[in-house]
Amino acid sequence: MSIVNSEGPQTATPISSLPVTVMPRSVGYWQSVWQRLCKDKVSMICLISLILIICASFAAPLLTSYDPAIGSVIKRLKPVGTEGHILGTDELGRDMLTRLLYGGRTSLIMGFVPVFLALLIGGSLGTFAGFVGGRVNAIIMRTADVLFAFPSVLLAVAIAGALGAGVGNALVALTIVLVPPMIRITESATTQVRALDFVEAARASGAGNLTIIRVHVLGNILGPVLVYATSLLSVAIIMAAGLSFIGLGAKPPTAEWGLMLNTLRAAIYSQPLIAALPGVFIFIVSLSFNMLSDGLRSAMEVS
Amino acid sequence: MSTPLLKVADLTVRFRTEKGTIAAVNGINLELQRGQVLGVIGESGSGKSVTLRALLGILPPRKTQISGAITLDGRNVLSLTKRELSKYRGGEVSMIFQEPATALDPVFTIGQQITETVMRHGATTKAKARARALEMLDLVKIPDARSRIDNYPHELSGGMRQRAMIALALSTGPKLLLADEPTTALDATVQIQVILLLRELQRELGMATIFVTHDVGVAAEISDRIAVMYAGRIVETGTASDVLKTPRHPYTNGLLTSTVIGARRGETIDCIAGMPPDLAAMPQGCAFAPRCPLATTECTAAVPMLKKSGADQFVACIRQEADGRHAA
Repeated sequence: MSIVNSEGPQTATPISSLPVTVMPRSVGYWQSVWQRLCKDKVSMICLISLILIICASFAAPLLTSYDPAIGSVIKRLKPVGTEGHILGTDELGRDMLTRLLYGGRTSLIMGFVPVFLALLIGGSLGTFAGFVGGRVNAIIMRTADVLFAFPSVLLAVAIAGALGAGVGNALVALTIVLVPPMIRITESATTQVRALDFVEAARASGAGNLTIIRVHVLGNILGPVLVYATSLLSVAIIMAAGLSFIGLGAKPPTAEWGLMLNTLRAAIYSQPLIAALPGVFIFIVSLSFNMLSDGLRSAMEVS
Repeated sequence: MSTPLLKVADLTVRFRTEKGTIAAVNGINLELQRGQVLGVIGESGSGKSVTLRALLGILPPRKTQISGAITLDGRNVLSLTKRELSKYRGGEVSMIFQEPATALDPVFTIGQQITETVMRHGATTKAKARARALEMLDLVKIPDARSRIDNYPHELSGGMRQRAMIALALSTGPKLLLADEPTTALDATVQIQVILLLRELQRELGMATIFVTHDVGVAAEISDRIAVMYAGRIVETGTASDVLKTPRHPYTNGLLTSTVIGARRGETIDCIAGMPPDLAAMPQGCAFAPRCPLATTECTAAVPMLKKSGADQFVACIRQEADGRHAA
């Protein structure tokens, strides 16, 4: 049965009277990537937990009635499961769940914004360098290499230290650190695409450089570049938390996961679970971005 | 005779590379009438593809030196401004590439790609451009074009992709079609279909065509005239039947006998000994002399010029005159 043409009747039929094969509606590239991603359980779990954490963080005022900055001295370091404080309280008696949710806002913003800026700045520089080639390419790439020479965490600490503590300065520092890898990845992707026949074909049909970059180069490098940006998100969130932990990022009383890890350090022996909670969130978010990036990569590789 | 559509005079293309200057095209002259099909044959590296790219003005300007003149419909192509050039490319002259699998952008449907080109060359609305794309896909006989128009290149077979490529190239109604070995990457059976389609479209639409191939059979099938290229020069040109029936240049003769068709198992197949010359270090005089069975010391003295030989046939070989009608 399986061999028989599915729409053809089983009796012998003259070919001319067979119904015209109707092609299934063509599935776009991104649509097919999405379909394959949906089949990957690990990626889906990561994606769902990320969506939950992100939504909960930004809907924090709706989910909790506590103020993240106001605590109660008599309710300090209550254990997980205390009545009214499901996740306990911190060293100043503030509700942990509230702090974690509000902290998620800061931490996620400190992860997303630098990656987004790096994607814009590094992406355009890299595409430009890759497309133009020659001397322009050498100048851009060697400049990126200079920044590459420093270990990224040290570079971030040095820049943030020089600019002074604060969320804004930490964002600047992280962006500067993330731009070089972004340049490198877009440059190599662009160089590969530029050499392909369809770029020459586009030129042969009268397309100018801008059209070729906008339509054909960007259309083809977007996939790998986005995958890379997703994996950078996990790096950025860890580095942002790191900067806050050593006092170069968010300042108290702002809730931020890295900063919370630092202030709860003293409680590690009395309430180890509470002291570890911000770390758990950092871990889950960063791991999820990493796994999601891997899942995306393999979903894109087919076809 | 009326004024030719395309006139190429002493076209020379040099590439600057780290290893030195490569002489890819060395002074070729061509004339093409409206509606005429010129087949250009030659080995790999004989400058066929470079000539096409020079005609279309898509050689990278930084690395290439082009001299000579290319006149299409009375306009000098080499002095077009950037803006004029982008109207010219794809508008007046279109090109079909060898490998349809890579010459179509994998992330856009064939409909989007044709629509994009049509819009660039004057279509006013997207709907009109899409209608034009559909019309073209029908014209190149893609079955069920209405649903195929939304297919991505990887969803089509090689032959269908090349048809889509042809539709793309012809969608703007060019005066001149350049075909760069359009059948080389296809299966033998599909090759013939595509050749027949191109010939039919050429007759129907009447655009002049330059058809580059290394397959003599393909050239014979489609061409009115044939030019044989070797080491960046035209060594023989004339009407297709003259060149193929009475080849005057020893290289043409060698090309025509280098075929497996008609040969029996175990029989030695005639082929041209040796390799094409290194274009960075061209030999003195006739570039074919080192491989030529008829070469004499005279051959290395100077580059032979194309000379009239027969009614409408030109050959660049000094031995030709000495031997009368048959060089080989």
